[in-house]
Amino acid sequence: MRHLLSAADLTRDEALLILDTAGELGKVTDRAVKKLPTLRGRTVVNLFFEDSTRTRISFEAAAKRLSADLITFSAKGSSVSKGESLKDTALTLEAMGADAVVVRHEASGAPHRLAHSGWIDCAVINAGDGTHEHPTQALLDAFTLRHHLSGGEGALDGRRVVIVGDVLHSRVARSNVLLLHALGASVTLVAPPTLMPVGVQTWPCEVSYDLDDALPGASAVMMLRVQRERMNAAYFPSTHEYSRRYGLDTRRASLLADDGIVLHPGPMNRGMEITADVADGQRSVIVEQVTNGVNVRMAVLYLILGARAEADLTEASQ
Amino acid sequence: MSVLLKGALLYGEEAVDVVIAEGRIAGLEPPGGASDGDLVVDARSLVLLPGLVDLHTHLREPGREDAETIQTGSAAAALGGFTAVHAMANTQPVADTAGVVEQVWRRGVDAGLCDVFPVGAVTVGLRGEQLAELGAMAESAARVRVFSDDGVCVNDAVLMRRALEYVKAFDGVIAQHAQEPRLTEGAQMNEGALSGVLGLRGWPSVAEEAIIARDVLLADHVDSRVHICHLSTRGSVEIVRWAKERGINVTAEVTPHHLVLTEEIARTYDPRYKVNPPLRTAADVEAVRRGLADGTIDAVATDHAPHPHEDKDCEWAAGAFGMLGLETALSVVIETMVDTGRLDWRGVADRMSVRPARIGRLDGHGRPLEVGEPANLVLVDPSARWTVDPARLASRSRNTPFVAREMHGRVVATFLAGRPTVLEGRLT
Amino acid sequence: MADAEARRGSTGPDASGRVLDADDIARVTRRIAHEILERSHGPSNVVLMGIQTRGVPLAQRIAGSIQDIEGVEVPLGSLDITMYRDDLRLRGARPLEVTDVPALGVDDRIVVLIDDVLFSGRTIRAALDALSDIGRPRAVQLAVLVDRGHRELPIRADYVGKNIPTSREQAVRVRLTEVDGVDEVAVEG
Repeated sequence: MRHLLSAADLTRDEALLILDTAGELGKVTDRAVKKLPTLRGRTVVNLFFEDSTRTRISFEAAAKRLSADLITFSAKGSSVSKGESLKDTALTLEAMGADAVVVRHEASGAPHRLAHSGWIDCAVINAGDGTHEHPTQALLDAFTLRHHLSGGEGALDGRRVVIVGDVLHSRVARSNVLLLHALGASVTLVAPPTLMPVGVQTWPCEVSYDLDDALPGASAVMMLRVQRERMNAAYFPSTHEYSRRYGLDTRRASLLADDGIVLHPGPMNRGMEITADVADGQRSVIVEQVTNGVNVRMAVLYLILGARAEADLTEASQ
Repeated sequence: MSVLLKGALLYGEEAVDVVIAEGRIAGLEPPGGASDGDLVVDARSLVLLPGLVDLHTHLREPGREDAETIQTGSAAAALGGFTAVHAMANTQPVADTAGVVEQVWRRGVDAGLCDVFPVGAVTVGLRGEQLAELGAMAESAARVRVFSDDGVCVNDAVLMRRALEYVKAFDGVIAQHAQEPRLTEGAQMNEGALSGVLGLRGWPSVAEEAIIARDVLLADHVDSRVHICHLSTRGSVEIVRWAKERGINVTAEVTPHHLVLTEEIARTYDPRYKVNPPLRTAADVEAVRRGLADGTIDAVATDHAPHPHEDKDCEWAAGAFGMLGLETALSVVIETMVDTGRLDWRGVADRMSVRPARIGRLDGHGRPLEVGEPANLVLVDPSARWTVDPARLASRSRNTPFVAREMHGRVVATFLAGRPTVLEGRLT
Repeated sequence: MADAEARRGSTGPDASGRVLDADDIARVTRRIAHEILERSHGPSNVVLMGIQTRGVPLAQRIAGSIQDIEGVEVPLGSLDITMYRDDLRLRGARPLEVTDVPALGVDDRIVVLIDDVLFSGRTIRAALDALSDIGRPRAVQLAVLVDRGHRELPIRADYVGKNIPTSREQAVRVRLTEVDGVDEVAVEG
């Protein structure tokens, strides 16, 4: 793992290694001293071209707990909002000695460009790019699922996860389909046909337009945020109709398996894709997802920077 | 000035000595039969074709001289074997008046490396609202016959109909950039399974095909002629084939890149491969090759689209659409059409010279290789292999999609009205 | 202590390079258990922390011996020091193993760190850092099965199973039944 750009970069074993490592690192959170010296002297840059408070602070917490030096660049109030290009920003960061860049960008593939353009040499971690992927979100979702469904160990073989909502524009859905599939779970995507990507039938998952058909017996349901703007673009007739056909309420949540859980990557539109009583209910693990995010991101930073150290060493000895 | 080409293979067939004098082919003799000239070129094992004609070139001047000028673009054209190019109208200012097209035409004459024929805009400012003064451009010194809003589609059906009707008065043609705008808002690449995986907004085939279908029916209805720019999908080939069978006066072009590259290369997220219309699937590539072979597609046109480095050295969504084409077009055609046995050299001459010249209503280009014809000629070494080095291109821009690719065949010499513009693969 | 151990004399390695067999290992772990009890005046304040990987079964064995001798179960934990190493740049990331702190913690206890081989001292340095993030022991001691010399830090062991003089290029292989299916210590190369 030189970079983490897509959940497709991860084999089942690599994904399990990240989850296992995150599990051990999670114990640090329970200690008096919530800090490890592992990345002392390493510089991690948070490069956020798009506003995302929760992902940014999650990566910040992860880097700080590993004692890395942290630089945060966010679009607001920095040169990127003044039209400085991705390339120039990247060169600046390289000059500052960044070992890893955590990048959030509105353009799909921007992290891939950073990693492969030859502009910079450091590790690139995708913190969400356009409508492409959000691999660390998928990892924290998998971690949360595993915690509840498999006692925090092993993979997710035989489990069924239903992902509901704006799949077309969702980087979370893309990464989750790839990762959960690699971990042995079967995934069912549910959305109105207008919010399904072209070619979704080639993805390693099932596709359904009917939520009530998909939910019974599922181990988990993940509700995606639906932006109200989509209504104006004629993806669906009204928010009311969307909620009725694709929203998660108490009745629908009760269709899940007995130990079935409810996830949401946030931020939620309560009353739109999920009712408040389900969001705050017994099955909801939405708050826990946030905690697990820090552990998973610590594991990713540690494993990627460690793997790069190893690669550099191999190179030096050749 | 007289020139003697010794032992050239006429259309890749029999070897002849070609005598060029006073801008025309003065003699075609058996090898060894001709006397000396001011310039003697050893043309043994080189293929002689009529000078290539490009229906679709962006020379960027006036307005974007940082990307290309008429001078540098003409040089690239000559090196690519072209003796005539059609300069697209989407310059700044737009070539929508007699004044602008005459300026472009004159600058082409001044450069003197190939004949530059300006394309006139169909609508004022390419805005799709009001017809530009098509008649004035037709009657100007530039003698415009091809009109196009290329870069944007003439989407309004009534406006398209009127344009098709109006150009009948001077035997003009509307070259349509077929792209339904609402279906392609924010589009980044071909729409399909891959765009879904990469999270890039799709540009569906139907957005091209729907416009082509409408426009061939309009052309039929008003009995005018329409030309389809950079046709890129299997469905488009089928529609054009159907229209031609019906006797509709439609012609079509395909770009070199759509003959050889597929959407798969978008996986790199490198905007060098971002182009409009987008690279399509392998099935589409096969269909356009077949369409070009059977004549459904009339011409190869480069859609040479220079962009400064910074417009390509960025993330995909921020990148500009377009690729260089002039200096690599013939090699791509040799690789995909000649070396595969789909076209012989007469076929290449037909698709890259004869038919584009006829579509553009050019008199002195795309003529047969016969005594008395204008000496607009290109000599090609079909067995040469070369590698594209962007730094060595004559174009002012570097955005070729063929970096480091081994190219098939190369232009050895180009003659414009009997005068060499390129010799031994270099500008004279 | 190290001198005393050296005087006990050592038989040289046999043909396969083996310097301790199963019986030897059983004897020295029992001895270390005795020494720990002697020095700490009984088991009441002692916490054993095995350093992953092979320090953990060694700690279990020592705890077993103490139970045999005193009839008391001493608190037993494990320590994974991967995240505290100073050589991430040299050795890369590796999977983490379990760190398990006994329920009553380590504060004001005598913590005996237990590892298989003492070499440069860097592992122990990392273990001390890890331990200090967990709590504040009254004292920390170190027990190792083998001390092979070549220290790079001012660290020494309180309890040594066996001193084995080696060259830097040699490798000391400790194999334990719980991990490797066999009990032996060998010098290779």
